Amino acid sequence: MSQSVAANTNLNFIARDHHAPNGTLFGFWLYLMSDCLIFAALFATYGVLSQSYAGGPTGAELFDLPLVALNTAFLLFSSITYGFAMLQMQQGKRQGTMIWLAITGLLGAAFLAVELYEFSHLLHVGAGPQRSAYWSAFFTLVGTHGLHVTIGLIWLVTLLVQLKKHGLIPENRRRLFCLSMFWHFLDVIWIGVFTFVYLMGSMA
Amino acid sequence: MSDQLDLGKLIFGRLTWESFPFHDPIIVATFIMVALGGIALVVAVTRAGLWGYLWREWFTSIDHKRIGVMYMILGIVMLLRGFADAIMMRIQQAIAFGDSMGYLPPDHYDQIFTAHGVIMIFFVAMPFVVGLMNYIVPLQIGARDVAFPFLNNFSFWMTASGAILVMVSLFVGEFAKSGWLAYPPLTGILQSPGVGVDYYIWALQIAGVGTLLSGVNFVVTIVKMRAPGMTLMKMPVFVWTALCTNILIVAAFPILTAVLGLLSLDRYLDMNFFTNDLGGNAMMYVNLIWIWGHPEVYILILPVFGVFSEIVATYSGKRLFGYSSMVYATVVITILSYLVWLHHFFTMGSGATVNSFFGITTMIISIPTGAKVFNWLFTMYRGRIRFDVPMLWTVGFMVTFVIGGMTGVLLAVPPADFVLHNSLFLIAHFHNVIIGGVVFGVFAAITYWYPKVTGYKIDEFWGKLTFWFWLIGFYLAFMPLYVLGLMGVTRRMSQFDDPSLQIWFQIALVGAILIGIGIICFLLQFYVSYKKRDQLRDETGDPWDGRTLEWSTTSPPPQYNFAFTPRVHDNDAWWQMKANGYQHPKSGFEPIHMPKNTAAGVVIAGISTVLGFALIWHMWLLAGVSFAGLLGAIIVHTFNYKRDYYIPVEEVEKVELQRGEVIA
Repeated sequence: MSQSVAANTNLNFIARDHHAPNGTLFGFWLYLMSDCLIFAALFATYGVLSQSYAGGPTGAELFDLPLVALNTAFLLFSSITYGFAMLQMQQGKRQGTMIWLAITGLLGAAFLAVELYEFSHLLHVGAGPQRSAYWSAFFTLVGTHGLHVTIGLIWLVTLLVQLKKHGLIPENRRRLFCLSMFWHFLDVIWIGVFTFVYLMGSMA
Repeated sequence: MSDQLDLGKLIFGRLTWESFPFHDPIIVATFIMVALGGIALVVAVTRAGLWGYLWREWFTSIDHKRIGVMYMILGIVMLLRGFADAIMMRIQQAIAFGDSMGYLPPDHYDQIFTAHGVIMIFFVAMPFVVGLMNYIVPLQIGARDVAFPFLNNFSFWMTASGAILVMVSLFVGEFAKSGWLAYPPLTGILQSPGVGVDYYIWALQIAGVGTLLSGVNFVVTIVKMRAPGMTLMKMPVFVWTALCTNILIVAAFPILTAVLGLLSLDRYLDMNFFTNDLGGNAMMYVNLIWIWGHPEVYILILPVFGVFSEIVATYSGKRLFGYSSMVYATVVITILSYLVWLHHFFTMGSGATVNSFFGITTMIISIPTGAKVFNWLFTMYRGRIRFDVPMLWTVGFMVTFVIGGMTGVLLAVPPADFVLHNSLFLIAHFHNVIIGGVVFGVFAAITYWYPKVTGYKIDEFWGKLTFWFWLIGFYLAFMPLYVLGLMGVTRRMSQFDDPSLQIWFQIALVGAILIGIGIICFLLQFYVSYKKRDQLRDETGDPWDGRTLEWSTTSPPPQYNFAFTPRVHDNDAWWQMKANGYQHPKSGFEPIHMPKNTAAGVVIAGISTVLGFALIWHMWLLAGVSFAGLLGAIIVHTFNYKRDYYIPVEEVEKVELQRGEVIA
């Protein structure tokens, strides 16, 4: 084999440009996995501190499950609507993409509004993050997720402007893909939060 | 009146004139020296008219080679600071016996040992290792740059930003007094109300963002951008170790981000994660920080294993012995590094069963590591060895690292650890592996790849002098600490009662002074080599008869590294190409697609530094403004769609044909 290679030194080279195919998507996926580890650390901390009420209120006493269920519905629906946006993108329809994206953003905003209402209610009844290690862990885990949704919303609005300006050019398609992964990732994390914090917390 | 006061508080936060350590002559003298040095540098650069050049060609450069060099310079500068801390501690401990308090009050001494640890790990070892990977990995895989060139520049400036915050803490306020991992509850707001811990937190958070992004960048680069034909098992060992290291970075640094985030919530928002009351659990911090901390030491050492593998094969004139076992050993170490974190706190009450598990996993790591040492030895066996400076470092490493490894296995035995933990034995152990491993490896790498970067070799005499001073200095400085540790002397003490211990500390001081001379030689070698560059010049691009692709291009390589992407058929791709009578192509060039330089990295990292400083000092107004600025700068950057350009074919042809003449 190497003899035949030696016969023709041109075989040692290729002239074409070799750029990483889908490098950005893979890189963004890696970033998401690292973000997932931040949540893993927060979940673990919540688990360790899940009984550390320090004589204060427990989650089971204060959670308003129907409200959280509504919130969960907002977020899960927003994942579906993002999916519709991606379908429109693949058909090359800018208008449709932007409309579904905007709907996704509104559902995300509704989620955040309900979450802020829930937080203010908890603060009002004296279950703030300073009350006990349990509530510190609760607010940090749920709040970090909320912060991610907020960043997702800022990104979404930015992307709407960019879509308006440049249309479905390859760069914007790539960005739509990345935000899509981000948005679904937040959904997955929320399912974890809903299950471990709210459902299991209500039973504790 | 009270309105004015509040406004002052809003703007300046906790910062007052008392925050500046005018009372401490050592710090004032240091500040004057740094300031004079800084002014001299600024004046020199201005008079030479170099600011524009530096800005265009270096600071805003997205060329992985330039960024790699900047990382190395950052590492060298911070090495000087870290070493200054080290020698101050050695002098203090050599004189502070009996009635003598030494010259450093405990308060200052505590800051020094904390800063020493933080700087040496985060701002010396990390920049060195990341810098090496930056320069070498794309060249070794036959790529023109990394996967995300802008992120690479941004990562560097975030690391530099963290380093700047640590340096600022020397003159504005104070640094943490808590040891390099800042365990709560000592670092909680009750016990450490000052700004020291906040400097620690924000310096590491900002630098950590850079490190994490750089990790993502390199995993994608190595997975997606290898030259055609370079299958995973044909990658050079350095690339393999870089891949494993960056996977470790991606999988470990988020934990650091999270745990430091929790600590800041405790400090800033009165939360109770790690406090003593209201249900806090400080052990949670210790576990989490070591789940990051143990992989971190492998992040540092694995690339260095790669460096030695390259060097030992090149200077023995042989293919590396046991390539696949080397790869598997690296991967096994990568995985095992996540299963040993608890050995850092055997004594903190986990119980015999848990301790045994972690003791055993720790001892198992010595098996793949030992396999590597044997592979290097067998590579040398019956090789035609050239004892150039990189090879000296390699042999020095193998001897020293094995000693450090054996003391590590001793510490891995929980009952022994109960005696030795928190003692100078531990200090001796980890300096033994970090200096004997990481530092020796980085210095070997610098000597080895220097001609690739600059086009001329490092002067051999000064290289050897550097090596011998470091080697002898290391043994004199740290072997006494093993002895003291076995006698039960604990770490982090600023004075001692028992006069019989003093002699050992004095020997250690002599060792530290020799290392200091080694550092001076290390710096002088660059100066001497630059002066003698015409004699030392290498025009072949392959001064050591190398084996991997970085030696197939010119020294220094053109901006685009390779005019043609090489096709790989063998582990030692360049060796095989040479054996087959390779010649540089002289025609058929095409325009080359390259990314454009951008100032966005400098700007965003600069704003992050300001934001960090504002958060440290509770300057809420500045914090708000800089946070908004940060967000704005990032969004504005995303509106820049014109990020690349083509190097015209004429220019490529010109560069390549010039090169042809040189080689012929």
